[in-house]
Amino acid sequence: MALQAIAFYLLATVTIGSGLAVVSVRNPVHSVLFLILTFFSAAGLFLLLGAEFLAMLLVVVYVGAVAVLFLFVVMMLDVDFGALKQGFARYAPVGGLVGGILAIEMIIVATAVARGGAARGNSEPMAALDGLSNTETIGRVLYTDYVYFFQAAGLVLLVAMIGAIVLTLRHKPGVRRQVIADQVARNAQSGMRTVQIKPGEGMGE
Amino acid sequence: MMIGLSHYLAVAAILFTIGVFGIFVNRKNIIVILMSIELILLAVNINLVAFSAYLHDVVGQIFAMFVLTVAAAEAAVGLAILVTFFRNRGGIAVDDAAVMKG
Repeated sequence: MALQAIAFYLLATVTIGSGLAVVSVRNPVHSVLFLILTFFSAAGLFLLLGAEFLAMLLVVVYVGAVAVLFLFVVMMLDVDFGALKQGFARYAPVGGLVGGILAIEMIIVATAVARGGAARGNSEPMAALDGLSNTETIGRVLYTDYVYFFQAAGLVLLVAMIGAIVLTLRHKPGVRRQVIADQVARNAQSGMRTVQIKPGEGMGE
Repeated sequence: MMIGLSHYLAVAAILFTIGVFGIFVNRKNIIVILMSIELILLAVNINLVAFSAYLHDVVGQIFAMFVLTVAAAEAAVGLAILVTFFRNRGGIAVDDAAVMKG
């Protein structure tokens, strides 16, 4: 139990510290790397809660895909990030004040809910149900009661993929491409022309 | 010391606040704003998973999975818009993004 508490406090400290670093470091590449650290330690928190499947999903989807996507975009765009950072000192006091009040309020409400809400009887996180792993439990619920939502999530991803491709695809002018319809529609009349060239003159192209 | 539901909820609340704070202080830098939105969605996921674990109900984890899906889609489309914006304007300052203002 003590080991669990140590792990929780370590992971929570790393999560919050690196989350703070994401929004406050100057270099956005470092920002993305801290974002990866945040997601990684949040995955550790999920493991402590017994949600192994979501922890692995977080590592695969976020660290493997989204963070690398961010890294690509940050490195691809040649942006003067020093100029973008100049409002930090101006907005930090007010933002910190508002954020601090927001955090205190949410922690008070969360503590009240945890002590008096529906979860007050359960002091332990969910244990594995009769020999089923967490992944198996999720699968049993996801593919039966929530199968339409699962399909809808797939559609959301499809639409996002098509949207991202449509937004970033660009046809350069002046590049000759094969147009098969034009090639098929070509016949002897349109494909050939007769020219009369007078002696001593060229085509004059 | 016992680690209870309120501990996880406190971590999620602080992470959510950090995301909001990041949007406040990085108003010009849209990449950091997108990352702050990811932090906020991660805080929501921690909330969902913590409640799921302490209510002994796996449905919260399924909802967290859907939130994860939407967050990934949002990041992909947001970054695509960002790349297009950069190509058209040569910069990513949010203050310049007033083309669609009436």
